[in-house]
Amino acid sequence: MSMQLEESPTTGDEVITNYTINFGPQHPAAHGVLRMVMELDGEIIERIDPHVGLLHRGTEKLIENKTYLQALPYFDRLDYCSPLAQEYSYVLAIEKLLNVEVPERAQYLRVLFAELTRICNHMLNIGAHVMDVGAMTPNLWVFELREDCLNFFERASGARMHAAWFRPGGVHQDVPEKLLVDIGEWLDTRLPELFGDAMSLVLDNRIFKQRNVDIAVVSKDDAVAWGFSGPMIRAAGIPWDLRKSQPYDVYERMEFDIPVGTNSDCYDRFVVRVKEVYESAKIMKQCLRDMPSGPVASDDRKVAPPKRAEMKQSMEALIHHFKLYTEGFHVPAGEVYVATESPKGEFGVYLVSDGSNKPYRCKIRPTAFSHLQAMDFMSRGHMLPDATAILGAIDVVFGECDR
Amino acid sequence: MATLHSAPRFTLIDGLKGTLSTALGDHLVDAHEEHGELLLHVKRDSIEDVLRILRDDHAYQQLMEIAGADYPSRSERFEIVYMLLSLTTNSRIMVKCRASEDTPVPTVTTLWPNAGWLEREVFDMYGVLFAGNTDLRRILTDYGFEGHPFRKDFPLTGYTELRYSEDEKRVVYEPVELAQDLRQFDFMSPWEGADYVLPGDEKADMPPVDDPKVTEKPSDTGAGAKTDEHAADKVSADAPAEKDGGKAIDPPGPTEDRAARPKRKGKTTDTAKATETKKKKAPAKRKPAARKKDDN
Repeated sequence: MSMQLEESPTTGDEVITNYTINFGPQHPAAHGVLRMVMELDGEIIERIDPHVGLLHRGTEKLIENKTYLQALPYFDRLDYCSPLAQEYSYVLAIEKLLNVEVPERAQYLRVLFAELTRICNHMLNIGAHVMDVGAMTPNLWVFELREDCLNFFERASGARMHAAWFRPGGVHQDVPEKLLVDIGEWLDTRLPELFGDAMSLVLDNRIFKQRNVDIAVVSKDDAVAWGFSGPMIRAAGIPWDLRKSQPYDVYERMEFDIPVGTNSDCYDRFVVRVKEVYESAKIMKQCLRDMPSGPVASDDRKVAPPKRAEMKQSMEALIHHFKLYTEGFHVPAGEVYVATESPKGEFGVYLVSDGSNKPYRCKIRPTAFSHLQAMDFMSRGHMLPDATAILGAIDVVFGECDR
Repeated sequence: MATLHSAPRFTLIDGLKGTLSTALGDHLVDAHEEHGELLLHVKRDSIEDVLRILRDDHAYQQLMEIAGADYPSRSERFEIVYMLLSLTTNSRIMVKCRASEDTPVPTVTTLWPNAGWLEREVFDMYGVLFAGNTDLRRILTDYGFEGHPFRKDFPLTGYTELRYSEDEKRVVYEPVELAQDLRQFDFMSPWEGADYVLPGDEKADMPPVDDPKVTEKPSDTGAGAKTDEHAADKVSADAPAEKDGGKAIDPPGPTEDRAARPKRKGKTTDTAKATETKKKKAPAKRKPAARKKDDN
């Protein structure tokens, strides 16, 4: 911590000094490794300079050195709270370059699990946000739901978090029937009950409101200018949701509402996320109701591998399998920018292919970058403890922000 | 080409390419559409004006991303790509310009406040300079980092590594030392896109000879005279011919003088002993017999 002496113009002979303090990088409310250099006047925030990049791993460079399929698991490790939502943009970008058709069941499965991921992500953020402003219990309750989500991921893919389950051309494996039944049951009983209970403790809580209402109000114009997306822009009253306006897979068949805020403060951002959980549940129920049977991956053997049983019989299938897992598939030259609605906002992938089996350039558009950049102007004039509420409402994860 | 994929479907405005090309006029270098996305390549010095026109007159309100890319073979090696989003017309476009290490790109922080960090990232990763950006610090790399890691000529492993030193009680920086070489497998098929030389490849680059070899006359081929009617005659009387002596050839005798195998006791079917292990004495009894046979 360094101190900086500065004469204040408002005081006569008394000299009030502005502090500069480090918030983080090891701070439980920093949601990871964020260092914020804060200039404080007493307890009022004058200026914030967030230092990001402490978790920078050079993911984009690593991806350039891997085949398209080998690069997929890196996306799980970006935003480790909503792994499948990150894979989504990437596989859609590859599919767009390849122009490959995805079977309907795979599209439904991807929407189903993307929404489960959204619930999983919001459970963490809602819990963490509540805990940042002082309440312990709801976090423990919603973490039980998060645990359920992770169990579902495990039953589908074998991995609790880093699923690598979405693949170019579909999904890796079909899910057992019992899993879909269990998810349906969970959506009907456990989720609304437990989540409803937890939120009943928070939403009308006086302390929670005192800490969040009218904190970090952002006007509509500012939200647009700062490149906000996801719950951050919806809380500002703009009904902008990529699932609705630029639908991908079978989202256009889904019926759901876009919750929007009215005051654009931290409380609204929180409530938008709470409402989104119910909307996600609605989408998942429609998926479970309408999901057809059939293949779960493209039958284009130059993109998706053959079934193992087929490989025992057909030499052609064996060759395809071998080529896909050694050389990988070649993507036609071109460049696309594909963005999907991840739980935190617009998660985009700018993919440049030179026609080989490795991406020439893969730029990842993190959701947190624009939001965190606005931290300075959102917190200006607020008290130091408000910074944690503002940060909690941004929903930032540094695996994704720093890449 | 029919659209088969299910990637996000934003509004494709009819004649957008023509409209924007006219609006940008001289600023534009090239405009082309691929995969349903419009890419505008504009002059570097007019990037700010272009983006202002697009924001104010064509409702591209949001700057979602600035991506850098490195193409070392070009004279202006860096490409800076701006992703614009229109919330009102639900449309996306990409605008790009080119730059080299020492040609700064005009900043767009004047148009969008969030361009600040995005430009800082491109600067950090590629070393592209942005003229007018007042806060062009590094953003993602370590404090005191040197070089621009996403350039294609920057090694994947980097140059320095750090560890906690027990002696000095602090984190120390050291040059990278790899215990094992970085594994780079080349799975590309040798038939396509390979840039290594296989034996025989050098022939492909040999210059063509002045007078190509032809075989129009028999003398060109290097062959001898034509065969005559004596070609089928026998060379000598002893030469092998079709007829044989009529004597049967003896079968080959035994190769070594070995005693005949003792006759088996019992019938061939009584071989239960060989497969069943009930009587433990059976193998012990057989062994000396086998050795005796060898001694002979």
